[in-house]
Amino acid sequence: MPVIKDGRLVEDDWTFIPDFLPLDEVARPVVSLARWRDGDCALRARNGRLGLRLPNDTDPAAIGADLDRFALIELEFPVFKDGRAYSQARLLRERHGYRGELRAVGEVVRDQYFFLERCGFDSVSVAGDKADQGRALEGWYEAMAEISVPMQPAADQRPPASSLRERRRAAAVAS
Amino acid sequence: MYRYDEFDSTLVNERVVQFRGQVARRLSGELDEDHFKPLRLMNGLYLQLHAYMLRVAIPYGTLDSLQMRRLARIARVYDRGYGHFTTRQNIQYNWPKLAEVPDLLAELAEVEMHAIQTSGNCIRNVTADHFAGAAADEVEDPRIHAEIIRQWSTLHPEFSFLPRKFKIAVTGAARDRAAIKVHDIGLQLRRDAAGEVGFRVIVGGGQGRTPMIGPTIREFLPKADLLSYLEAILRVYNRLGRRDNLFKARIKILVASVGADIFAAMVEEEWRALRGGSLDLPAEEVARIAAYFAPPPFENLPAQDTGFEAMRFEDRDFARWCRTNLHVHKQPGYAILSISLKPVGGVPGDATAEQMEAVADLAERYGQDEIRVSHEQNLVLPHVRLRDVHAVWQGLVAAGLGAANIGLVSDMISCPGLDYCNLANARSIPVAQRIATRFADLDRQHDIGELKLKISGCINACGHHHVGHIGILGVDKKGREFYQITLGGSAGEDASLGDIVGPAFSYDDVVDAVESLVETYLDLREEGELFLDAYRRVGLAPFKEALYAGH
Amino acid sequence: MSARIVTANGLRDGEVLYLACGGRWSRDLAEAEPAETEQAEAALMAIAERAVRCRDVVEAYAMAVTVEDGAPRPLSQRERIRAAGPTVGTDIATERGR
Ligand code: HEM
Ligand code: SF4
Repeated sequence: MPVIKDGRLVEDDWTFIPDFLPLDEVARPVVSLARWRDGDCALRARNGRLGLRLPNDTDPAAIGADLDRFALIELEFPVFKDGRAYSQARLLRERHGYRGELRAVGEVVRDQYFFLERCGFDSVSVAGDKADQGRALEGWYEAMAEISVPMQPAADQRPPASSLRERRRAAAVAS
Repeated sequence: MYRYDEFDSTLVNERVVQFRGQVARRLSGELDEDHFKPLRLMNGLYLQLHAYMLRVAIPYGTLDSLQMRRLARIARVYDRGYGHFTTRQNIQYNWPKLAEVPDLLAELAEVEMHAIQTSGNCIRNVTADHFAGAAADEVEDPRIHAEIIRQWSTLHPEFSFLPRKFKIAVTGAARDRAAIKVHDIGLQLRRDAAGEVGFRVIVGGGQGRTPMIGPTIREFLPKADLLSYLEAILRVYNRLGRRDNLFKARIKILVASVGADIFAAMVEEEWRALRGGSLDLPAEEVARIAAYFAPPPFENLPAQDTGFEAMRFEDRDFARWCRTNLHVHKQPGYAILSISLKPVGGVPGDATAEQMEAVADLAERYGQDEIRVSHEQNLVLPHVRLRDVHAVWQGLVAAGLGAANIGLVSDMISCPGLDYCNLANARSIPVAQRIATRFADLDRQHDIGELKLKISGCINACGHHHVGHIGILGVDKKGREFYQITLGGSAGEDASLGDIVGPAFSYDDVVDAVESLVETYLDLREEGELFLDAYRRVGLAPFKEALYAGH
Repeated sequence: MSARIVTANGLRDGEVLYLACGGRWSRDLAEAEPAETEQAEAALMAIAERAVRCRDVVEAYAMAVTVEDGAPRPLSQRERIRAAGPTVGTDIATERGR
């Protein structure tokens, strides 16, 4: 399944490997939290070439110390109405300083993209055939452009209305 | 009143365009109903029994005449000439067409209104004391922080897919007119020992099928910390609230299951990490918002107005209306004026387009251009000079809005019930109408005194029956409409949940049952004792006896 | 005689509709086509589901009626009110004529 990343549809070069399969041959494996926890030295030594799939009921603090081991963390949306991973993402970014790729997997639809991006996700998995994927990408661009002034700070770089007002006040004082 | 700046209006306009796109994708088939439903709900659009229903937010219940006229216009152009004011400071239109809703929203945006987050599992319209800025007993105007919360919660990226809906109410007075103890979060502005103003924070109250009075998790929260503290509460809830069972998904279930102390500790821990960050509003921003809620230019007037006194003396109907529909204003020579939307035989909370326009005219002419919507489904003109009260009353009477029954038995809260609502078990409105007709005699109502009767058509409790002095709940018994009665509930600072008196009554019998309860109270009350106080003194027994003896 | 009919709401306008003879949707309950067997009901529902997919209607479902003199009458109070409109008397909708 491809992903949307940085505004482009790209082939997903990561593979989620179920716990019972070996990792040896896989260039970019994504492992479960359980596997990571029980993992041997070899797994721990895979610096930077490892992805982690975090169940959405896990507190990110549980892996806070290991974050620099992961180049990718996948957060799950079992159904799109289940919004736990938004909090996980913000915690990973804002509290634990995770800098790797943060990806939304599961039922991820266009109407979440803006919220996802604001919470610090940088890629989303895309389901369906070519046409669906094309629509999803179009939707991604629309979603990014739909709301230009967020009303609250989050994990993204968009200045919220309160800081824009602050800036304007400062400008007014300066001039 | 708050006025949108370019940022607020940009957002609301963009939201209209976004929803227009969502509707277009639904109509073109790109979205099926399963995926469209959560989106339309997040914009207040339901599919009800007969048609779509649109819920429009009236943030913290404050409107001006321009906005009220627009609500009237929308009722006329997009609906069937009327609207229903709800207990959550919203207005519901019962007959809009999906394809026209984007245009309707664009018209709302022109007057700085919207339907954002009036439904769905997100932070809903923030409600406040409808006497805010006018009440004599207020520490501070709660709308300043209600507006701050409105902005912060709008399209919140982290909290738009919560386990369940989330309702926040704010009051600035010790006397609770906003039912803060039965909200997901209730905030009460108060002073600490040092004279600082901050919030008491109540979390985990609610109604519905598991009614609960919310516990206080923090006695005093400095104002500057409000948003970081709210974000901490919401984050704990978003992560830990139950998602496996719709009926157990509200925050009240989480708070009750871990215990208020432990819940409070979890929030405090999260808050320690959040406070002092980018959520703290700069003082200038708070001042900017506060300035919009500065009191209108009041005149210096004597506390009494001779013309007003003379009118009360001469006109018995006017005097009687004044007894229930006027409230003490903080400014001498002014009054807070309640407009009852509960005429005998009418639909509680409904107003026609013409009535909305009449209220807009009166507010503009006599009421500093301010209108409020109360959670008891009435309207309020918060700032009227005593000298103008008679003229306003005449205007109201002419518009069919002269009911003199605020706080009395016919001033009922009623949800739409089976006449409109898809989830209902039984009708609510016709029961309210029959009760009001039974007690139509105003002298009798005044003799009975304050009595809050609240009716819901199902256990979701939109009609607040759990917290009615008398609560009526519609149930379905083998396909027939029945009504279970509770006694002794209260939504005020002395909040309590009603006790079930016994087996439910049929549609035909429920009005007699209510009358019999009232008669029982009249027989046993002590001098000056209100219904609720009498009930709290004597308990269920005498009422039960009156209802079921001989059965 | 008891039977079942199929109802839905119009997608664009939300209007209450009944599935009538020939797969047409009618606002008039009297025109609803009663199904007396499970097969007949399944056939009606199949038409309705197609109409849902084609975005003519939403929320299609079958409901119980009795048929007297050829006219279906809903068994549940909910469906009676849904067919006839609110019973609240002062409803402006009825005054203005539907
Ligand atoms: C007609 C369409 C409506 C629908 C489908 C609807 C649905 C619901 C549901 C499902 C609940 C229960 C939530 C829960 O327990 O988790 C609820 C609660 C509530 N609703 Fe409504 N409602 C409707 C109309 C109204 C109206 C007209 C009002 C105001 C008069 C209102 C105000 C409330 C309030 C105050 C509560 C209880 C507080 C709470 O626990 O959330 N609703 N509603
Ligand atoms: S209480 Fe029940 S019947 Fe009344 S509006 Fe709420 S959901 Fe509908």
